[in-house]
Amino acid sequence: MGGLNNPGIWYLMRGSGVVTLILFTGVVVLGIATTKRMRIGTMPRFVTLALHRSVSLLACAFLGVHIVAALADSYAKVALPQLFVPYPTSSYNLYLGLGALSFDLLIAVVVTSLLRHRLTQRVWKGIHWLAYASWPLALAHSIGIGTDSESAWLVGIALACVAAVAAAGAWRLLASRQPYPKYLGAPL
Amino acid sequence: MSAAVAAEPRERTAARLLAPDPSPLPRRSRRELLAEIEASGLTGRGGAAFPTARKLATVARAHRPVVVVNGVEGEPASWKDKVLLAQNPHLVVDGAVVAARVVGAHEVTFAVGRGNRSVRTHLERALAERSDGVEVHLETVPDRFVAGEESALLNFLNGGPAKPTLEKPYERGVLVQNVETLASVGLVARHGAAWFRQRGTADEPGTVLVTVLGAVRTPGVAEVELGTTFREVLQRFGGLTAFPHALLVGGYFGTWVRAHDVLDLPLTNVALRPLGARLGARTIAVLPLDACGVAESARVLRYLANESAGQCGPCVFGIPAMADAFERLDVDRLRRLAPLVAERGACAHPTGATRFAASAAGVFADEIERHRAGGCSGAAHPPMLPLGASRDWR
Amino acid sequence: MKIRVNPILCDGYGQCAELLPEAVRLDEWGYPLLPAEPLPRTLEPSARRAVAMCPRLALSLEEKRR
Repeated sequence: MGGLNNPGIWYLMRGSGVVTLILFTGVVVLGIATTKRMRIGTMPRFVTLALHRSVSLLACAFLGVHIVAALADSYAKVALPQLFVPYPTSSYNLYLGLGALSFDLLIAVVVTSLLRHRLTQRVWKGIHWLAYASWPLALAHSIGIGTDSESAWLVGIALACVAAVAAAGAWRLLASRQPYPKYLGAPL
Repeated sequence: MSAAVAAEPRERTAARLLAPDPSPLPRRSRRELLAEIEASGLTGRGGAAFPTARKLATVARAHRPVVVVNGVEGEPASWKDKVLLAQNPHLVVDGAVVAARVVGAHEVTFAVGRGNRSVRTHLERALAERSDGVEVHLETVPDRFVAGEESALLNFLNGGPAKPTLEKPYERGVLVQNVETLASVGLVARHGAAWFRQRGTADEPGTVLVTVLGAVRTPGVAEVELGTTFREVLQRFGGLTAFPHALLVGGYFGTWVRAHDVLDLPLTNVALRPLGARLGARTIAVLPLDACGVAESARVLRYLANESAGQCGPCVFGIPAMADAFERLDVDRLRRLAPLVAERGACAHPTGATRFAASAAGVFADEIERHRAGGCSGAAHPPMLPLGASRDWR
Repeated sequence: MKIRVNPILCDGYGQCAELLPEAVRLDEWGYPLLPAEPLPRTLEPSARRAVAMCPRLALSLEEKRR
């Protein structure tokens, strides 16, 4: 597939990819924090949920830029089907494929969330949990797809993302051990 | 129309619900049957007292109506449905067949509690003896307090747990009717509305089954005419064995009333309303003076807390909180909890439990004081009110 | 317009009380106490937001039937 040979496009693809990863990490952290038993600082809990939704919208926007740039960039060599289906013919295509899988799962999560009113809680929640598969796939895609020199600093960012999610997860587990109910709403 | 029937003497209510009636069911049209049931003034006998004709008419409008015969009787103190099914199952089936005809259903499902095997056996035997042209199923249901609630029963029959939902079965083309109501339908279909109204009062016609337990000589189930006084009703059970302190009217969703306030009242909802009581499924427990109303009520309240379906916050947390408060004799806390619990669930469970708790705190105020001082009137008396033991929802 | 809660779906998140404090109060277990009367018109945007943000979609708005 032909494409633009402009190095700017390539940097845009890489840059937007990193931002997307960081934003989706934020989305996962905020999603973990959206529970009755947790509150970020003194912010009302609806802010956590609202941020989760807003940041995911922003992350999708950056993902859109990342995908379009990847398709447009001739150096990246991404064919349209590869956005959705892995073709692991090479190491590069393997990591590209992980991104495709991550993207597929994300589509399921986003679509069901937009149509939430029409779904049962169980169906919506079941699919929403796929996010916990989508995010590590995105992480692996980010780390593995670059060249060695590029990967080094990216691994640093990835570690920070993993630490953030792990911390949020640990916090939530601790919070769930508190005697139920611990209610944090407006007092009567 | 029905042949004229000689009026039965009022003192000896000849059995209607509990007597087998071998006469054939009349071949009447749906419209005639519905009109007869409407004229009879029959209301649901399972506790909610919903006008039966109205429910039938609503379900009849559905696309593919189904009849569910509710013999679950989840209230541990109530035995009338079990007795009816064991002694006169054919009348119940008759009523179910009539109801199916009226609503246009071709499928009838009988539901009974899992615990009582003899009831199930009697019903199976009766069903095997007949073929009424409808598809018949028999299901057993976990013995939980709320399992007999209409929507909970439907939930269970549809593959879910025996927990209430916000749907009303009759709005979904499912007629859920108590076995006693259907037995009454069978009687009305045979003998007509005028005959049915010969017994009972003008506003609350017919005969009903009551369960009586506690300080009476022969506790159990009997058929009485609506409007009979409570005292006369207790006579049917051999009379009182001890001086009565209070009566629990309407089972565990009912209310305690002081014996002297109620004994001379007729068995009608109208008469009970000023006392804040209602008949419910007509379970009456007689608490003698040498038993402890506080201890009995505390046990029942804890049971009701454990019987929450666990779906609605105010019920899951509120009823245990009320049970805690009651055990601690904290009447103020109980009073403050009442508006936070009643009417805040998907079904009547939290409301009924609140009503029960509030009536106990009121009627047994003296006994509560006695407990605060360290005493108890009924320390020697064994527990009177039965509780259930099942923990299954499926 | 009245605000209603489905008590089975409601899980006591309490976001409604944060978004609509003028009308929603929480009991000691975190579950909403909603007014029985219709909401004043000025609260309608907040009410809509509360309904949209409920993590269990347990809230709904009921238009008055004429």
